Amino acid sequence: MSEDTLTVSVWRGDGEKGSYVDYEVPRMESQTVLDVITYIQRRLDNSLSYRYACRVGMCGSCAMTINGKPRWTCRTHVSKVAPDGKLTVGPLRSMNVVKDLSVEMTEFFDKWARAEGKFHPTKTRNDDFEKVSPSDRKRKQASAGIECIGCGVCYSACDVVSWKSDYLGPAALNRAWTLVNDARDGGQKARLQAVAGDAGCHACHSQQGCVEGCPKHLNPTASIAGLKRAAAMAALKGDLK
Amino acid sequence: MSAPNDIQSRNVQTEARLWLAQRVSAMILGLAVVVHLGTIIVAVQGGLSAAEIVGRIGGNPRWTAFYAVFVLAIAVHAPIGLRSILNEMTALSPRRVDLLCFIAAAFLAVMGYRVVRDFYLIGGAA
Repeated sequence: MSEDTLTVSVWRGDGEKGSYVDYEVPRMESQTVLDVITYIQRRLDNSLSYRYACRVGMCGSCAMTINGKPRWTCRTHVSKVAPDGKLTVGPLRSMNVVKDLSVEMTEFFDKWARAEGKFHPTKTRNDDFEKVSPSDRKRKQASAGIECIGCGVCYSACDVVSWKSDYLGPAALNRAWTLVNDARDGGQKARLQAVAGDAGCHACHSQQGCVEGCPKHLNPTASIAGLKRAAAMAALKGDLK
Repeated sequence: MSAPNDIQSRNVQTEARLWLAQRVSAMILGLAVVVHLGTIIVAVQGGLSAAEIVGRIGGNPRWTAFYAVFVLAIAVHAPIGLRSILNEMTALSPRRVDLLCFIAAAFLAVMGYRVVRDFYLIGGAA
């Protein structure tokens, strides 16, 4: 390998059968991992499957496992993750592989629904707006978690998800926490019932793999800790039955 | 990924209450362990011996109450943690895990209570 070439091992196959295949890709300035994968698909092997959309860190489509760590590929520079000119790119962990680098995200998003990640309005269009101060404590807690783009990096980084398939995972629980702090929401009791227990927030080990991986620098572990406190208060009142 | 289990269907209220019990007992233990270690390091002057300990807590109702709370916190805290580990790391049924942890709690409480009681009695204040 020369200095102006990258050696890239890419997973080819599905979740059960397949192997890493090596490609040589020209090294370019400000090159991202998504650029590398796109080069392979456009120039070297057009049978390669992968997923992306916005290319600017907004849509959450392009996450993959890069040199063993889940990352968003569109904003991960090659210079940051492959100083030695070697890249290994695979599909996200804990998700079923459709083909090559594309994973099935149905379960991931179904868990958002199971965590009551849906807004339950309490007002109609005839009512006045809810007045929420930007300095309100709950508003600040919600704001800390709402920038999630649903990329699945935290879910893939989480060891608890990897060994406990029914665990809701950091993204779904983070979403639930933002709604727990939403003064306009009317589904709080059902939400806490959904997120408490050993498949929910109480399964979290606070290892913070999700925090380390989150490309938006959110802190799902803190959100889950908040849910544990909220669930404890609800349990004392007998609201979790 | 592991196979789905039936833990999800268990009473979430109980889970949340156990979590709270473990956190509250952890707060008590945090303080109690500092006092316990502090008295070992500060109070022990002539080597750590049964006589030293009896001299310190024997017959003293305040120390007896302190260690009774300490034992109670251990009997609450440790089995809940053990329960989480067994549920996560073994194939034992949740019902069996609960039974084992209840036995562990009872064992810790009884053994701890006996130590507290005996030191109090040896101190001659009973």
